[in-house]
Amino acid sequence: MFVRLSAAVAAVGLLASPVFAQGAKPTDPQIAHIAYTAGVIDVTAAKQAIKKSKNKEVVAFAKDMVRDHEAVNKQALALVKKLKVTPEDNDTSRSLAKQAKDKLAELGKLKGAAYDKAYVANEVAYHKTVDGALQSVLIPSASNAELKGLLQTGLKIFEGHLQHAEHVAAELK
Amino acid sequence: MVPGCKSFAFLAAVLGATGSIPAHAETIRVSIDKLMFSPVNISAKVGDTIEWVNADILAHTATVKGDWDVTIPPKKTASYVLKKAGDVDYYCRFHPNMKGHITIAPK
Repeated sequence: MFVRLSAAVAAVGLLASPVFAQGAKPTDPQIAHIAYTAGVIDVTAAKQAIKKSKNKEVVAFAKDMVRDHEAVNKQALALVKKLKVTPEDNDTSRSLAKQAKDKLAELGKLKGAAYDKAYVANEVAYHKTVDGALQSVLIPSASNAELKGLLQTGLKIFEGHLQHAEHVAAELK
Repeated sequence: MVPGCKSFAFLAAVLGATGSIPAHAETIRVSIDKLMFSPVNISAKVGDTIEWVNADILAHTATVKGDWDVTIPPKKTASYVLKKAGDVDYYCRFHPNMKGHITIAPK
């Protein structure tokens, strides 16, 4: 299962290092941390896009990302509080954060249409990775039913984001 | 007059009043759950109210390009009274892959 995630992640070049140790299964506190981190990453990227882009569709998409990911993360925080789960930092979260930081710096150097294209292309790739990870690792590994439910809702939302990103990417061509 | 008769008269008056409106405007409910309008296709007539019940944790809209736009906050209900006859496709501005259709008959 984790081999599959690593493969999917490596395929889009998001993570350079292997994500999970072979056979390891993330715990609920780790899953919560990974999901939350993934949301924060997309919000940060979107905020950069709102500042940098002059393309109406790109800015509208970025605003949608901020609104939705903040809403999901707010829900996630409320849930971990209710379940008395303390999100736990882990290698996957760290790799995600590191790669995202590099990507943000890389995108920060671009301007105009080149930036728009690169941002949206990365959103397509990123949502593919996150959706794949949710489907193949995070949802099946979650033991708490409410956490699993929130991840499933998240997956539906992020699948919508992927379609939206693909639509914007097609418009930019 | 006995009290029962009085209430009957009142009831008759109410029924008479509503009965005099030829086509009673209806409220049609559309639920939103996990980024889906349900039912997707509805039939209504001018004057009817469409009520969207948003069960999601996200904000949505019901938008007809170049015409009306209704914002439906998370876990809230919002409504719109149909003004024109015709077939309309509406969608959510925040999640453009969410789509719905209304067939609106004249009053």
